[in-house]
Amino acid sequence: MIQIEDVYKRFPGGQEALKGLTLSVDKGEMVFVTGHSGAGKSTLLRLIALIERPTSGQVIVDGQNTRRVSRRRIPAYRRQLGMVFQDHKLLYDRPVFDNVALPLIIAGAGHRDAVRKVRAALDQVGLLDKERQSPETLSSGEQQRVGIARAIVTRPKLLIADEPTGNLDPDLSLEVMRIFRRFNEVGVTLLIASHDIALIDQLGCRRIALEDGALQKFEEEDPVAEYVERYETDQEQSRW
Amino acid sequence: MVNKPSAAALTQIRPSGPLRTWATRHASNCIAALGRLARQPFASLMTILVIAITLALPAAMHLLIKNADSISGSWESALDFSAYLNNDVTVDNARSLASIIEQRADVASVTLVSAEQGLAEFKAQSGFGSALDHLESNPLPHTLVVRPSGSNTEETMRLLHEELANLPETDLVQIDTEWVQRFHAILETLQRAIAMGAALLGAAIIVIIGNTIRLDIQNRREEIEVTKLIGASNAFVRRPFLYSGLWYGLGGGLLALALVGYGLFALKEPIARLAGLYNSGFQAISLSISESATIVGVGVLLGLVGSWIAAARHMRRIEPK
Repeated sequence: MIQIEDVYKRFPGGQEALKGLTLSVDKGEMVFVTGHSGAGKSTLLRLIALIERPTSGQVIVDGQNTRRVSRRRIPAYRRQLGMVFQDHKLLYDRPVFDNVALPLIIAGAGHRDAVRKVRAALDQVGLLDKERQSPETLSSGEQQRVGIARAIVTRPKLLIADEPTGNLDPDLSLEVMRIFRRFNEVGVTLLIASHDIALIDQLGCRRIALEDGALQKFEEEDPVAEYVERYETDQEQSRW
Repeated sequence: MVNKPSAAALTQIRPSGPLRTWATRHASNCIAALGRLARQPFASLMTILVIAITLALPAAMHLLIKNADSISGSWESALDFSAYLNNDVTVDNARSLASIIEQRADVASVTLVSAEQGLAEFKAQSGFGSALDHLESNPLPHTLVVRPSGSNTEETMRLLHEELANLPETDLVQIDTEWVQRFHAILETLQRAIAMGAALLGAAIIVIIGNTIRLDIQNRREEIEVTKLIGASNAFVRRPFLYSGLWYGLGGGLLALALVGYGLFALKEPIARLAGLYNSGFQAISLSISESATIVGVGVLLGLVGSWIAAARHMRRIEPK
């Protein structure tokens, strides 16, 4: 489903986010990408969503080389993906239903079809009774579930999520991960950036660890020490 | 073998499918844009008022010229020729000439002013009364005042003038059209000036609407980013702003009509009084339906152009980060 081949990403400032990254994700897999902030997780997802383009190397998503997707074709390309964001990126001037319906409206779905699909998506994240509410009245966990419903309403084959549980407490995080798991069971490929190692280990999915823009060498790492270190850096960051 | 859809299969395809979706999408965008304008009634009304005034100015000037044109048009058809006859033409000859000319199709009436009548009139009106008594003989010729019929064009008027001047009995045929021509030339110059002014004001409307839409785009930047992130095309994010521009233009055009209409209504009384003083039945002409439609149409067009320019310029720069 995803092939990343020797990808470099250098930003105008000269800083290198990815340095020769190569990895692949098969159809129907649920894979986590872990690593410190700045290890290149977000950059990887942004390359897949075509928010950025690689400096060199190939990014192939569902058989399409993103290099050959022209600027004009980016919207159509993005419509095949489902995307979930740490900060939900909901539109707060309209109710939950309209937020979830947005990808269908963009895709030009008929009204009756859209209503049916939105209800189905909201049902899957357990928010069917909140469709008329404004996202502002919902809790952070519920808002993230609205974001997930919006990502899956068009039934994409691939769903990418950047720190989807970043703002959630452990119970809500597990709930969100269970929802992802259910999509995976019906054949959706998922690529999720997260640093919540404990949660990932609980789910027993493949984990791709990034370090300094490339794959981390697994055999050298001490999971406990790494977790402690990561916890400390996160604490440091949250202070900022 | 090529698989052709059977007739039955064709009838099963709903023709309304994509077209209906497209129409629904536009209709909802259109109404949503109106809703957004209504949510900020004061700001929207200000923008619409500025557009209306900008449109009403050239419209009112155009109306003024149109009315002036119609007044001078009625003057032109009422112009009389004065045909001064040779001194050797007798009153009887003059009278028979008058009845001959009167039979022409392009002449409405001919009045004979004999030399005696002319002198008497001159004496009465000039104030030289007693001085003129000392003249030994009457220096004035007999004169025919020829009133052309109303159906004359500029060309037939010229022909009539020529033919009267070529008669052996006439000495001089005068018609004072020069000042009418000058007046027309002034009106034409003004008309041009107004057209140029209107073009500048049109550009101003594009700027006004463009600026309003630009602010609107900035306020909704986050929304645009999010919708682009989940796959909206530039056309999709642009559409609501085009409809906002359309509503501004339409509102401005209709309000401009109302302003011009009110102005005319307010002037109706004084114009009627003025016309009465001149013994004229003149009534101010208002904008025709096609002129009104043009004003509203121009408003809508400028609204669309202004919002399109703003959207094209600013939308491209908003990309998800």
